[in-house]
Amino acid sequence: MGVLARADADAIATRLADAPALPRHIRLRGPETGLVMTRGRQGGDGAPFNLGEMTVTRCSVRLADGAVGHAYVAGRDARQAELAAVLDAALQDPARRPVLLATVIEPLAEAQAAHAAREAAKAAATRVEFFTMATMR
Amino acid sequence: MAYVAVKGSERAIEAAHAWLAEERRGDPALPELSLAQIEGQLGLAVDRVMAEGACHDRGLAALAVKQARGDLIEAAFLLRAYRTTLPRFGASRPVETGGMRIRRRISATYKELPGGQVLGPTFDYTHRLLDFALAAEGSVPEPAPEAATDAAAMPRVTGLLAQEGLMAPEPPSEVEPRDLTREPLDFPAERPLRLQALARGDEGFLLSLGYSTQRGYGNAHPFVGEIRMGAVTVEFEPPELGFPIEIGEITVTECQMVNQFAGSKTELPQFTRGYGLVFGQGERKAMAMALVDRALRAAELGEPVEAPAQDQEFVLYHCDNVEATGFVEHLKLPHYVDFQSELEKIRLLRREAGGE
Amino acid sequence: MNGLTPGFADPVPDAQACFRALLEAMARPGRVERLAALPEAPAPLAPAAAAVLLTLADAETPVWTDAGPVAEDWLRFHAGCPLVAEPGLAGFLLATGGLPALAALEAGTEEEPHRSATLIVQVAGLELGGGWRLTGPGIEREHRLQVEGLPRGFLADWAANGARFPRGIDLVLCAGNRLAALPRTTRIEEAG
Repeated sequence: MGVLARADADAIATRLADAPALPRHIRLRGPETGLVMTRGRQGGDGAPFNLGEMTVTRCSVRLADGAVGHAYVAGRDARQAELAAVLDAALQDPARRPVLLATVIEPLAEAQAAHAAREAAKAAATRVEFFTMATMR
Repeated sequence: MAYVAVKGSERAIEAAHAWLAEERRGDPALPELSLAQIEGQLGLAVDRVMAEGACHDRGLAALAVKQARGDLIEAAFLLRAYRTTLPRFGASRPVETGGMRIRRRISATYKELPGGQVLGPTFDYTHRLLDFALAAEGSVPEPAPEAATDAAAMPRVTGLLAQEGLMAPEPPSEVEPRDLTREPLDFPAERPLRLQALARGDEGFLLSLGYSTQRGYGNAHPFVGEIRMGAVTVEFEPPELGFPIEIGEITVTECQMVNQFAGSKTELPQFTRGYGLVFGQGERKAMAMALVDRALRAAELGEPVEAPAQDQEFVLYHCDNVEATGFVEHLKLPHYVDFQSELEKIRLLRREAGGE
Repeated sequence: MNGLTPGFADPVPDAQACFRALLEAMARPGRVERLAALPEAPAPLAPAAAAVLLTLADAETPVWTDAGPVAEDWLRFHAGCPLVAEPGLAGFLLATGGLPALAALEAGTEEEPHRSATLIVQVAGLELGGGWRLTGPGIEREHRLQVEGLPRGFLADWAANGARFPRGIDLVLCAGNRLAALPRTTRIEEAG
C-alpha cells in the first residue's frame, strides 16, 4: 500500500496496462478527499503534537468475487485512490497476487527506490569532508 | 465594535473584483503562470503557505499563491478556509523524523558527527549577489553532482548528548494531544498545544521573537544541535482496518536547539532543547520555532518569566497571522456609527474645555 | 467486512438533505420528516437511523450502539466513528432495543451545554396526531405525536432530563424512513 500511495495515477495505470485485466468492482465508499491531522513528537521523540493537516483521498471497493479493498493516499487524486483500492482487493487473491506484484507493485517500488537513491546520491555529494588543519598552526 | 450593513455597493464590488482578476493575470501578452511552475519554481513560497495554512498539499498551496497574487498571508488564509470544507478522517501516527530520508542535515555543535554534515540545497554559502544570469531565461542548470552513498545511520545529536546524560530526556508519552483547531486555547497551554500553535504561526513574528531571545529578552544561550530536512513517511490507522498503513511521504524541516540549563535543587546542570518542526523546507521558521519553544518552557524549567517570548499568552495569542490579519484588517470595515459617537464626544469635550 | 453494503449513494447531497431534515425536525419538535435518500444499512439498523448517524457522526464523535457487530462495522466504515462500550462516553447513541438510562448520558456542562449527547432511538411506530401532546420552544400551541415502542417510564425520565436545562440530552426518534426530534426543551404529556 505504501508503494501505491507514493505512485501517481498515471504511473499505476501504465503498469496496469501490462497486467491481466482487473475484475469489475463497485465502490463501497468514495473516492473522497478529506484531511488527516499529521502529528510530530516534541523534541522529535517525546509526546505527540498536532503539526498540521494534510489532504488524503480514500476509496473502498468490492470486487465481483467479494474481496474488499481499501486505500488511503496522500493528496487529492481520486483515480489513484480508486486504482489503489482495486489493487488492494485484487492482491488478496492468491491466484492474481504474483502477477500483479511482478507487473505493477515491484516496478513501481523500483522506480521509487531509484528516485530515492538519486536524491541520496545528490545529498551525499554535499556531505562535508573536514580536513584537519593542524599543519597550519 | 459595531458594523453597519452597507447596501448599494454591489456594482462597485463587482468592478473591483474584475479589476483584481485583470491585475492578477497581468499582461495577457505574457504566458500565464501554471500551478506546476509555482510549485516547482517558487517552492519555498508554497512550503511557507502550507506551514502557515496548516495544511499539507503542494498543489492547493500553489493555487493559493497564484490566486493571492503572491501575498503569502492571503494565500495561507485561502488554504485555511479550504481545509474547513473537508472532513477529517483522523490523525496520523507521529512522524518519525529519526528515520527521515535526509536531504540536508547540519549541526553547529559537533563537527564530525556520525552520518556527517550534509549541506543539501541551501542558500547558505551563496554570495547574496543578484544573479543576472537568472534574468536571462532559457538556461537549464547542470544536473547536481552525485556521490556514492553509505548506509551510515544519522542519529540525532540530542540522542548523542542524552547518552552521556547531558541532555534532559523527553519523557516518553502517547497522550492524545489537544487540538487548537477543535477547542479554544486556554492557559497555561501544555507544550504539545504550544508546538501546534507555533508550527502554524507566522514566520516573521516567530523570527523576531526568536531574535529577541538572543538579544537578551529572555535567558537564552542557544546552539543549533541539529537541523534536518527531508522526506518522512506518514502512517495512518484507518478505523476499519485496525492497523497502520503508509499513506504517503511529506517533506519536513526539523530543528533541535540546544540550550544550557543551570540546574535546580533537584537536577544537575544539563542541556535542554527547543524544538521546531514545519511542513516543507522551512529552516528559518523551524529555527525560530525552536527558539520560541525553548523560551516558552521557562516557567516549567523554573526560570523567571520576564521577556515577551516567554509569555505564553502574548506569543500564542498573537503568532497566528490569519487571526492577526483578520483583526487588523477588520478596521477597514465601516465603523460609521461608532465613529459618529466618538466625534460627538470629542466635540462635547472640546466645548466643555474651551467654552467654560 | 466482505458483506459490507454501501452508505449514501451520493454522500455530500444525501447527508446535506438528511441534515436539513434534522434541522427541521429539531426546530419543530414532534413534526415527522421523511428522508428520500437512504443508505443500504444492515439489519437491525432502520434506514433513517442509519442516515442520521452517517450525517452526524465522524472520526471525532464517539458512538455507542446496541445494534451488534455487523452494524458496528458498517458504522465504523462509513462514518469513520470510534465506537465506545460505555454509553456515558458517547457523543451520539443509537438504541435499537431498550434505552440506556438517560441520566447516565453526557449532558454537557452549565458552561457548555452543547457538549451533550444525542440519543437516536429506533421505535416501532411514529405518526403525527394522537398519543403525546408536545409543548415548548418551536411549537406554537401544541404538536401531537404517536410513538410506539418506547419503554414504560420514559415520560418520567424525559421530564427529569428537561429539569436539568440547560444541560440534558436531545432525542431523535426514527422509524423506517421517518424521523422526529425531541430537543431537551420539549415537554411531553400523555393525552388520551
